[in-house]
Amino acid sequence: MELTRRKILALSAGSVAFATLSSLPAFASLTDDAIAELTGGADVGEGTIKLTAPEIAENGNTVPIEVDAPGAVEVTLYADGNPVPNVATFKFGPLSASRSASTRIRLATTQNVVAVAKMEDGSFQMAKANVKVTIGGCGG
Amino acid sequence: MASGVKPRVKVPKNAAAGDTITIKTLISHKMESGQRKDDDGNIIPRSIINRFTADFNGQNVIDVTLEPAISTNPYFQFEAVVPESGDFQFTWYDDDGDIYKETKSITVS
Repeated sequence: MELTRRKILALSAGSVAFATLSSLPAFASLTDDAIAELTGGADVGEGTIKLTAPEIAENGNTVPIEVDAPGAVEVTLYADGNPVPNVATFKFGPLSASRSASTRIRLATTQNVVAVAKMEDGSFQMAKANVKVTIGGCGG
Repeated sequence: MASGVKPRVKVPKNAAAGDTITIKTLISHKMESGQRKDDDGNIIPRSIINRFTADFNGQNVIDVTLEPAISTNPYFQFEAVVPESGDFQFTWYDDDGDIYKETKSITVS
């Protein structure tokens, strides 16, 4: 095949586009997979669920996270930059007052923390928070 | 058994019926994630607490599934309704099969 300048440009543009697509962080899709597994492919909307996380965490070993999801029966937390995206699942029982909980989690690097709530009517809601991590929490 | 595991729970001693109370729990546990390596490059096997539950007089308040991404010394804060006097039962389930328990009583006036 004769390579003209135009062909080379087209080729390289194509491969750049492909590279961008394929270089999307693999972990993000892991999180999407995990969320899809939880919801069974149902739509996940935004709603009253609130996720509170620090904007900047100096130490990724212990990052305070708070989730508040009125009307939820279950809330699952994910961290899309960790080697394993699942963080924790909170199931609220009959004596739970507010559907909220706080804990401390490990973050390997700067990433999004995602909370997915399963509501009483079976629908799903999601909230996201980006956390900048200065020192990663997964050790070497 | 993981060494030095000590549960700590903060529950108010008194409350009015139907009140919402805040509960704080912490258990000392190293929560080895299974991702770290020792000096020789061998992976240190995972050893975490994988489940935590809180019940009041046999009724569930919260049931948490923990993954390795939960920090060392897992801490939880949540809210509960207390309809009557009774006991809170807190249970932590370790990967190695150990179960740690703590009970706190509350008087409802």
